[in-house]
Amino acid sequence: MIEIVSASRCIECDICVKVCPANVFDAVPDSAPIIARQDDCQTCYLCEIYCPVDALYVAHRAEGHFPITEAEVEERNLFGSYARALGWKRGKAGGTEHDPTHRIRVAAV
Amino acid sequence: MSRPPSPTLPENSERMSSDRVKSTSNDPLHLQADVLVLGGGPSGAWAALAAAEDGARVVLADKGYLGTSGATAPSNTGTWCVPPGENRAQAVERRWQRTGGLADQRWMLRCVDQAYENLVKLSEWGYLFPQEDDGRLYIANLRGPDYMRFMRRRVLKAGVTVLDHHPALELLSNGDAITGASGVDRQRNRDWSIEAKAVVLATGGCAFHERILGATGLTGDGYLMAAEAGAHLSGMEFTGKYTLAPYETSLNKGLPYRWATFYREDGSPLLDANGEQVSNGIGERERDIAKALIDGPVFARLDHAEPALQDWLRRGQPNCFVPHDRAGIDPFKDLFRITLRAEGTVRGTGGIMLATADCGTGVPGLYVAGDAASRENMTGAVSGGGAVNSSWAIASGWWSGKGASTHARKSARNAFRSISKPLGEAGLRPAGNARANLRTAEIIEAVRAEVIPLEKNYFRDGTTLHTSSERLESLWNDVRQHLHAEGVDRVRSRETASITASARWSLASALARNESRGMHRRGDRPGNDPAFARRILVSGVDAITIGEAQISREGIAS
Ligand SMILES: Cc1cc2nc3c(=O)[nH]c(=O)nc-3n(C[C@H](O)[C@H](O)[C@H](O)COP(=O)(O)OP(=O)(O)OC[C@H]3O[C@@H](n4cnc5c(N)ncnc54)[C@H](O)[C@@H]3O)c2cc1C
Ligand code: SF4
Ligand code: SF4
Repeated sequence: MIEIVSASRCIECDICVKVCPANVFDAVPDSAPIIARQDDCQTCYLCEIYCPVDALYVAHRAEGHFPITEAEVEERNLFGSYARALGWKRGKAGGTEHDPTHRIRVAAV
Repeated sequence: MSRPPSPTLPENSERMSSDRVKSTSNDPLHLQADVLVLGGGPSGAWAALAAAEDGARVVLADKGYLGTSGATAPSNTGTWCVPPGENRAQAVERRWQRTGGLADQRWMLRCVDQAYENLVKLSEWGYLFPQEDDGRLYIANLRGPDYMRFMRRRVLKAGVTVLDHHPALELLSNGDAITGASGVDRQRNRDWSIEAKAVVLATGGCAFHERILGATGLTGDGYLMAAEAGAHLSGMEFTGKYTLAPYETSLNKGLPYRWATFYREDGSPLLDANGEQVSNGIGERERDIAKALIDGPVFARLDHAEPALQDWLRRGQPNCFVPHDRAGIDPFKDLFRITLRAEGTVRGTGGIMLATADCGTGVPGLYVAGDAASRENMTGAVSGGGAVNSSWAIASGWWSGKGASTHARKSARNAFRSISKPLGEAGLRPAGNARANLRTAEIIEAVRAEVIPLEKNYFRDGTTLHTSSERLESLWNDVRQHLHAEGVDRVRSRETASITASARWSLASALARNESRGMHRRGDRPGNDPAFARRILVSGVDAITIGEAQISREGIAS
């Protein structure tokens, strides 16, 4: 589930508030959004890739809270790691032309 | 095609369309449209595009955000993509052989036709497909986040009014036909109602609140709305599909397990009945894994993946590796605990019965697309996940949008003069006294206890189904008589009603199908019974009627 909105990285654009399909965040005037309904989070990681500054961290545990510090996420270079794997940058889509999934499907037969 | 005028609202901006509907008060929002699409997954997006292309004024309302909502957006979906030519009929015939005899080749053929045509459109519109070694584009795979973001742009460009975070709560009817829907804008806490000459239900399947990718919003709302309007459901017994996922994660994607071997908690290999180690978890072996999971924890390792394949898997299915990377596990070397995630009708096949070739439901003015519809025509008793469902979402979305816009054109000029009544009951208007102590979370947990456990729903039997059915009757009674909410909380109460109703229809159908077929595995009735090579229909909300299965086949015109 969503665990971290990094106040130090966040530029308060509120994109995550709009794109989260589960309506997990609440916008706060002059501040970073808050995680208002964590239990509704569907652990889809999509807010991370839409965030223009990689300020969000979604933990892999989909059932319940998974405590982790911002320092650890920073240290393990996990902020923005899913976006990088896809080829998305600064909240902008990219990378589908390099998707090798067709090779996997051939191998799977 | 001319660009249709936007329904009573100013021009669409590129991003965050619902900003355009800014309001400073909680006054309800009223709009009129020719076609109202409920749901913003791929099927809803294609429906909106098809209707707009016909010149209809279209509004699309999604519970979440068109672009990230639904089952496709967080996934990477393979389509059923067969180029035109002689092989197509053979491909359909081959696929039909696997459907437990319940699919319909005419629907399958027209679906591959339409899906192919639309996939080519995507490429022409500028979606970047990868290339094969010979330089040809590989259009049989759509990366979820990119595909749905692309569809959002396309839909806005077509002049469709997109309302994000606007869940529908109920349909409106003038007694003869569906005349719109109403719901709540959950970020501004204000009601909305949209009068429309035709409505497309593209609300996806019901995942019974299982924590799988994209499923929070998939609570069967469309099934309940359709049933309240008098539509039939079909194939609701086919909810026995489960997919492997790392334990406690949302990653229900089976593909990597093609190269897995499986182990018990003590590290010893998981053996099948013949004493052989269980590997390849996406085929026949799934049943052994399900049995083992009932006994205790099961672990996996992707040790059959060669280095080249490891690289393709990591780059092609990156979200499969996000949980492992975050947990500090190398799934090619380390054992990791797994689970089987229930997928309800999302990777099951049940849904609203199609009465006509243009995806009409039989209720005038009401159309259905994608996972909200029964996919038995396409995939019968087996799951359409992994290829068929996404092609079906494209094709049925397209047909339903065309069907709805044609209906809108034909309907009376004074369509908006008639008096409309809301059809919603359970979760909105309790039949008895509202009870404040009724907790939606507890009701949903109680429903889940009947339809999620492997020992009840993967392996079914008549006695257990019966007991579960009785429990659900009493839960339904609570919901119908006493569940009530105000404002935004109505979304959750309505979802609770839809989940409970979907579970009831599923169990009633599972009891009626007195045999085993595809993902419906009855221990007390092993094997197919030729007498059941037909559809099971259900209708009714409070009193459930099991329908004449042949009706659905008669209704298919192609
Ligand atoms: C992990 C995963 C992987 C998959 N992989 C494949 C694959 O490889 N190949 C394949 O063919 N299929 C695959 N599928 C299935 C495929 O994703 C679905 O068939 C497809 O998404 C269906 O599209 P849809 O538009 O009908 O529904 P969805 O994409 O689920 O969208 C439904 C929409 O309806 C909205 N909604 C729900 N209720 C309401 C309401 N009350 N009011 C307004 N809006 C509402 C939701 O917010 C959502 O946006 C996969 C599914 C999953 C879960
Ligand atoms: S998307 Fe990122 S930068 Fe924008 S508000 Fe959310 S966390 Fe902050
Ligand atoms: S992971 Fe998905 S559901 Fe959870 S907060 Fe992010 S976008 Fe919302």
